[in-house]
Amino acid sequence: MATKTASKPGADTEAETIMVSVAGLTRRFDVSKPWLNRVVERLPKRILTAVSDVSFEIPTHSTYALVGESGSGKSTIGKMMVGLLPPSEGRVTVGGVDLSREASAEALDAVRSRIQMVFQDPFASLNPRWKVRNIITEPVAARGGDTEGLAEALLEKVGLSAEDAEKFPHEFSGGQRQRLCIARALSSNPDFIVCDEPTSALDVSVQAQVLNLMSDLKADLGLTFLFISHDLTVVRHMADRIGVLYLGRLVEEADPQTLFATPRHPYTQMLLAAAPKLDGFGREAALPVGEIPDPINPPKGCAFHPRCPFAIDRCRQERPELRDVAGSRTACHRAEELDVL
Amino acid sequence: MSETPVLSVRDLVVEIPTRHAVLRPVDRVSFDIARGEILGVVGESGAGKSMTGNAVIGLLDRPARITSGEVLLNGRRIDNLPYAEMRKVRGRQIGMVFQDPLTSLNPLLTVGEQLTETIREHLDLSQNDAQERAIKALEEVGIPGARDRIDSYPHAFSGGMRQRVVIALALCAEPDLVIADEPTTALDVSVQAQIIALLRRLCRERGTAVMLVTHDMGVIAETADRVAVMYAGRAAELGGVRDVLTLPRHPYTEGLMGSAPMASMGQTRLHQIPGSMPRLGALPTGCAFHPRCNRAEARCRQDPAPTLAADQGRAACWFPIARDRATEEAS
Repeated sequence: MATKTASKPGADTEAETIMVSVAGLTRRFDVSKPWLNRVVERLPKRILTAVSDVSFEIPTHSTYALVGESGSGKSTIGKMMVGLLPPSEGRVTVGGVDLSREASAEALDAVRSRIQMVFQDPFASLNPRWKVRNIITEPVAARGGDTEGLAEALLEKVGLSAEDAEKFPHEFSGGQRQRLCIARALSSNPDFIVCDEPTSALDVSVQAQVLNLMSDLKADLGLTFLFISHDLTVVRHMADRIGVLYLGRLVEEADPQTLFATPRHPYTQMLLAAAPKLDGFGREAALPVGEIPDPINPPKGCAFHPRCPFAIDRCRQERPELRDVAGSRTACHRAEELDVL
Repeated sequence: MSETPVLSVRDLVVEIPTRHAVLRPVDRVSFDIARGEILGVVGESGAGKSMTGNAVIGLLDRPARITSGEVLLNGRRIDNLPYAEMRKVRGRQIGMVFQDPLTSLNPLLTVGEQLTETIREHLDLSQNDAQERAIKALEEVGIPGARDRIDSYPHAFSGGMRQRVVIALALCAEPDLVIADEPTTALDVSVQAQIIALLRRLCRERGTAVMLVTHDMGVIAETADRVAVMYAGRAAELGGVRDVLTLPRHPYTEGLMGSAPMASMGQTRLHQIPGSMPRLGALPTGCAFHPRCNRAEARCRQDPAPTLAADQGRAACWFPIARDRATEEAS
């Protein structure tokens, strides 16, 4: 921790500033059948709430990680944070500009070039017909910027060679492609990068290379990251603060040390217990019960109560709100009691 | 081990002829799996682990073919059986669980139809008895309300439940060997833990031998009894899971263990192996790992790495890391 702040001049004042803030973010999708089927079959509208009432803040030069299983809404949040999806409710503020409500086109345009994204699948996110040079310089060229020597400099920054600028994406392996995606994300000189599962398509030795590259870039360029992943071990390595999502809601938020040493929410505890461990020879883990419920009709009260070993009547009736419990923010009625148990 | 192993693979070579050269995705691989044992096969993509599994069960896509070596099931050679004979072995004696539970079930048939079809193909049972047995199989893999759900179609099941159906399908004819190819890769962590526990329980209760192909070292650590680490088509290291994972002798295994984020907690950087796995068409001379290896010497660049026999030797390396538990624990 000390090295990160020390490497940045004027860190004392900057560390306090909030780069990104998300407040009451909600996204609903209409997953009803087509209008005619609905009328003929007399079906109601079906609304899926992918993200509901999520709020968090990312300080400048830090990495915030969102973890959760499939269907927890982590990618939807990522898309809303770069402006690829409009939120149904709530707002995303990056560098003081509200992405969905800012009236000035100029301010919006300026802030958008400071946000970039790295996607999960490096095989689908690079245009196979474009040369690497064009792919990497596109974010700058699209705004009429100067791209002279830019591709070469960026390629060397991400650990590839300058000659690679004339190649096509198919000439690269998965890990190298993900480096290309990172180079593209860096070209417009952004402050904030959203990484949606950047290493889950990669092998473990290549993953280590890409994660190391991202740590280095963060230190060198003073970047702010939103890191989305399902892999707790990767998140633990990368993040300064972790938010755990369950069925579209933030159920716990803490720094990695606190989260892994004393998980407060029963869901976090279950996730940690279920993750395979390298030294868990013949381990008989406490098995998770059940599966993620249907997000169209989520359970009443706390969404986790049908799978929770500690659920009481209150959990079935009343939804817990995020509150501070000894160093973490937890959405559980029984967080204090369970600590005693 | 005096008992005949359920599966013996001896010097298996799989070749793919191409216009430019003959590629060898599996190169002289040998291993045994005993009754009730789980052998983990790990490696990165392209290491040849799935190809080995497919070669054992006789499902290699042409033009890939076994060019030498033997596959013995309960002491009987199965790699040269004619197609019709092999069909009887598949399903009856060897069950298969694939990675993607959505594509390995037929969406147009109910789960019950798929199970009873498989059961009646291999066992001489009436439709009613097969139906009862199918329900029992579904109950065994932990599907709640099996009797009511047997007439549902695969789309009505969640990913985890679907993978349970696939496991039930692989086990319903009570095979001696199950080949599970990345059975939990498409699943969430909590569901993965359930599926792994299920595989382990069934293996213990029935004495089924399991070949578990995966890239996840954590899954291997918790599930397997022994492990084979593959690199560029060859077995790099073979041995007891605890020995291989905690005291790796092959530099590749050591690098693989070090690059997993959990192994280097508290460090700012992960250990990384330089470079990436070579393509099959451009394998380096000598040991395939030498360009990435920090222990490589002149011999590694010239002589191909030693071949691992099924029952002896740990690391296919000219200069393995010398260590044993006693000295390691003392230091």
